Amino acid sequence: MIKPVMLWTDALVFLLLAVITFFVWTVYRHEHLAAPWRKVGHSASGMAALVVLSCFVLIGFLDTLHYRVSIPGKDGKTTYAVEVLSALDAMVGPLRTQKEKTYSAPLATHLFAKETLQGADGREIREFPRLRYGGAGLKDVRRDHVPDVLQRAALGLGAGLLLWMLPVAWVCRRVARRSKSGLRAAFLSIARRETQVPWHAILLAIGAVCIVASPMAALASQYHVFGTDKVGQDVLYLALKSIRPGLIIGTLTTLVMLPFALALGIMAGYFRGWVDDVIQYLYTTLHSIPGVLLIAAAVLMMQVYVENHGSLFPTTVERADFRLLFLCLILGVTSWTSLCRLLRGESLKLREMEYIQAAHAFGVSHARIMIRHILPNVMHIVLIAVVMDFSGLVLAEAVLSYIGIGVDPSMNSFGSMINSARLEMAREPMVWWSLAAAFSFMLVLVLAANLFGDAVRDALDPRVSTRKAVPAAPAKAAA
Amino acid sequence: MSAPLLRVRDLRTWIHAGENVVRAVDGLSFDIARGETFALVGESGCGKSMTALSVMRLLPEAALISSGAVELDGVNLLALPETSMRDVRGGRIAMIFQEPNLSLNPVMTAGEQIAETLRRHTPLEGDALEARVLEMLDAVRIPDAKQRRHEYAFQLSGGMKQRVMIAIALSCNPELLVADEPTTALDVTIQAQILELLRDLQKERQMSVLLITHDLGVVADVAHRVAVMYAGEIVETADSGDFFAAPRHPYARKLFDSLPTANKRGRPLAVIPGAVPPLTRVFEGCRFVERCEHALPSCSSSVPAWIALGAASGVRCQLYAPEMKSGLPAESPTASAPAQSTSAQTPVPQAPELGAQMDASNALLRVNDLKVHFPIRKGLLKRTVGHVHAVDGVSFAIPRGRTLGLVGESGCGKTTIGKGVLRLIEPTSGAVLYDGEDLIGLTRKRLRERRRHVQIIFQDPYASLNPRMRVAETIEEGMAALGVGEAGGSRGMGTERMARIDALLVEVGLPPDVKFRYPHEFSGGQRQRIAIARALAVDPQLIICDEPTSALDVSVQAQILNLLKDLQARKGLSYLFITHNISVVEFIAHELAVMYLGRIVEHGLVDEVLREPRHPYTRALLSAVPDVDTATQRQIIRLQGDLPSPVHPPAGCHFHPRCPQAMPHCSVRYPEMVLYGATHSACCHLDSHGSARKA
Repeated sequence: MIKPVMLWTDALVFLLLAVITFFVWTVYRHEHLAAPWRKVGHSASGMAALVVLSCFVLIGFLDTLHYRVSIPGKDGKTTYAVEVLSALDAMVGPLRTQKEKTYSAPLATHLFAKETLQGADGREIREFPRLRYGGAGLKDVRRDHVPDVLQRAALGLGAGLLLWMLPVAWVCRRVARRSKSGLRAAFLSIARRETQVPWHAILLAIGAVCIVASPMAALASQYHVFGTDKVGQDVLYLALKSIRPGLIIGTLTTLVMLPFALALGIMAGYFRGWVDDVIQYLYTTLHSIPGVLLIAAAVLMMQVYVENHGSLFPTTVERADFRLLFLCLILGVTSWTSLCRLLRGESLKLREMEYIQAAHAFGVSHARIMIRHILPNVMHIVLIAVVMDFSGLVLAEAVLSYIGIGVDPSMNSFGSMINSARLEMAREPMVWWSLAAAFSFMLVLVLAANLFGDAVRDALDPRVSTRKAVPAAPAKAAA
Repeated sequence: MSAPLLRVRDLRTWIHAGENVVRAVDGLSFDIARGETFALVGESGCGKSMTALSVMRLLPEAALISSGAVELDGVNLLALPETSMRDVRGGRIAMIFQEPNLSLNPVMTAGEQIAETLRRHTPLEGDALEARVLEMLDAVRIPDAKQRRHEYAFQLSGGMKQRVMIAIALSCNPELLVADEPTTALDVTIQAQILELLRDLQKERQMSVLLITHDLGVVADVAHRVAVMYAGEIVETADSGDFFAAPRHPYARKLFDSLPTANKRGRPLAVIPGAVPPLTRVFEGCRFVERCEHALPSCSSSVPAWIALGAASGVRCQLYAPEMKSGLPAESPTASAPAQSTSAQTPVPQAPELGAQMDASNALLRVNDLKVHFPIRKGLLKRTVGHVHAVDGVSFAIPRGRTLGLVGESGCGKTTIGKGVLRLIEPTSGAVLYDGEDLIGLTRKRLRERRRHVQIIFQDPYASLNPRMRVAETIEEGMAALGVGEAGGSRGMGTERMARIDALLVEVGLPPDVKFRYPHEFSGGQRQRIAIARALAVDPQLIICDEPTSALDVSVQAQILNLLKDLQARKGLSYLFITHNISVVEFIAHELAVMYLGRIVEHGLVDEVLREPRHPYTRALLSAVPDVDTATQRQIIRLQGDLPSPVHPPAGCHFHPRCPQAMPHCSVRYPEMVLYGATHSACCHLDSHGSARKA
């Protein structure tokens, strides 16, 4: 028996998903809205980035489904464990539970540091102790280690390639059915990049994911692919768990920030005069306070509040979650200024456009002009800002956690991984894998987000889309 | 005849746009002799600018010269390495561009920019260089050259900037000057100055000029030979005199027919049906065949050959083939009746005769002493330190069903009047009486009720439609805001409004099924039609037309003007027609008001003002308009200097510093209005009682 747990951030993530689903549904139903998005679907880099991005989102989403396990009580009553787990924890089970004593290098069979051990003959020897789980099944470690790793990797690779065949076959069938041709012809047209949707890029991206993930999975059952950290936790597991906070900070913060930036930016640019003055003073003031100081003060205040109201947060996970949510809020409140300034400038330009003047001539109300005329015409800026901010915020989380005012120490995040790497890098010999894991995961995530954002912008920006405008009505009746 | 200076043979410039290849220039051949001004005329998109850039080898990255030869004095420029080409550019061929505001570097002084070119192409240094810079500034007749040399672009007016551009271009004594629409961005009086300058300099230096323009009037003014471009190729070449006397190609004739003039006022302008074919396709016949009235069956199946007629002229039309003998019937361009092309349109009836219409009681709109002043604020506390007198006491009246043309140069405040009437800009003082009710001082709510009756059409069809709204939404907006027609439920528009949108689109000459498209899918003329439909959606009585055709090609302009006239005849609309183009006003307006620096200087019926201009400014303005009719010799009254700043308008008569007939008296007092009849008035001391006699 399990009991689902809904944390605050979980609820907001579900809300966000609902909004996105609704948006997608509306776009899908309206041909004119769907047309530009179809162009996103035709961008090779965008679709490849989307494949990678959705892998991250999937991991983050699995990590959002929280639950508590039931423990059979003494007198027939079921109680629930204090520990809140997620679907991701359940799926990667051994990664979470198989803890070593301390540092071990990636794919190692022994610990990273020598320890004094008692030999079979009772003598004390200093040696690298054998890992509890890493390569546990090997009989002769010296002889079998490398062949075993290679064999597993190869098996994983083979499985990955086989797995890859599934989407390849599915896509070929789909293309074949659409174009009413044979499978072979469909495959060739994909390979020659002749299809409108860049299936070659999508399939290559899926292939890359399979080729990387599958050997990793094959190795992870027996080894620590990215090594272990100071307390012996698997670094791969830490990295996987860090994805959710990163995504949440990147998306929820934007949600908090958008209403401020949109409303204030458009109003300042549209009304000008004293409204503009007030809003400008507001964001100039806010912008001149060092953001980190403001965040530090707010986070410390929040901590005091949490400690004084312990009853509200029964588990550590809930506490950590509240802190994450609060971090999103405060980051949102401090980061709307730059987008606001952009929108103000754009609205200043747009308000002089003749279609706005024409709307004035009809006596259209201010609110309606702002919503129907200005807002849609600044949406591309918003979209670009949101995507750029997303990567920026993922990085900001890392910085804040690094200086200790980010997410709760009990919560895994890229920032805390990098923070711990500060000491690890100072060790001799160096412990590099924690940082490497955090670095590569973050790099791939942010790069994919940026590439996808570029594709979206290219499709949505009217200046780009008019370039290929076709003359419309063939006949002119007045002629 | 000696060898030509520039010889272009079979030039093909292709632009790669995605999968399509646009054949922007497709097999162009022409020669330019020494000391000759050769004009390339054509509508936008016909490839004339691409030709200029191909000659200079300054094409954008996507464009490639796929074949052909450009020979300057026998040297093929296309075969030169880039380093030698740089010696040619600026040294032997120089170019001036359309937009003077964009072609000068804002962080370099005028003198530095001239010196830059000189340093590159001549060994001049130090004092010699400085002397040469001054000489150039003098040559382009910039007064105070010593001082102007140190000024930046923002300190110079548009005409001055174009002079500096010409000085840069001519500094190294080029043999060929490529002028790409050199006066399009300028006002007529400034245009006249620049054209005269170009003509003089060309004569002095025996330079060849490749003039690229869409304005037939400019061509008539300065060109020796003319080539008409259509869809990437030259369709006719002729000496300027012959061309304007009798154009040969059907397209050239149509261009003349679609020019609005006074004697075409009674009937609709000829329009060229259809649109320029997309240059992405391969042509199997004549490119103009779909729009030609004289098309023969063979025109669409075989590409017409170039038919030379005389030494330097020729035409690309089968009608002139030797076996056809006759060619096109030699009709004078103005008399050709637009028979087929306008048969679909209802003939525009002459508006009922005027006279009584001018009487004030009948006025639909009356503007009394309208003033719009913009405060200039400075300093920390934003204190008002002065005012821009954009509109400074203007009065006029528009009767029902009539058109008042408001002409003047840019910056004279004509657009501000249009917006002030609609209260898009709040007037400072004065009254705008619509049907007897003063619009100024109405609350936002009361004003909204009035908004139904007065609407506006803007200049730039690309900026006047929201790119994010479909045509139906655009047209519906006004109806929704003003409550015309029943509102739809939650699911979009009601059927009544839908039906109305369809009817409006048909009315402006668009098929109703375009209503679900976005503006970017339409051409400039089609967009302007949509903008007109939007204004018509609320059934206005008065439409303010703010330069509605100045961003359009001549043939499209003719369509829009016909449409506006037709609508006026059918619906009894009144127009306040704001423009800088005198010939458009001549065609469409009943009355005319000439503005100078925020005030109306002359007002009357169109014929009165245009035939017997009374104010010196009106006379200068009219004389500066380039005319395609080369038979009449006109004397350009050259105005000195530029429009003064409306922040500190000159004391007395605003025009006196530039007026060729100024009297001492003029700088003292602003002249009273003088009546020259029931309908004609002007504000000038020359004819006011007393002063005229004294002078």
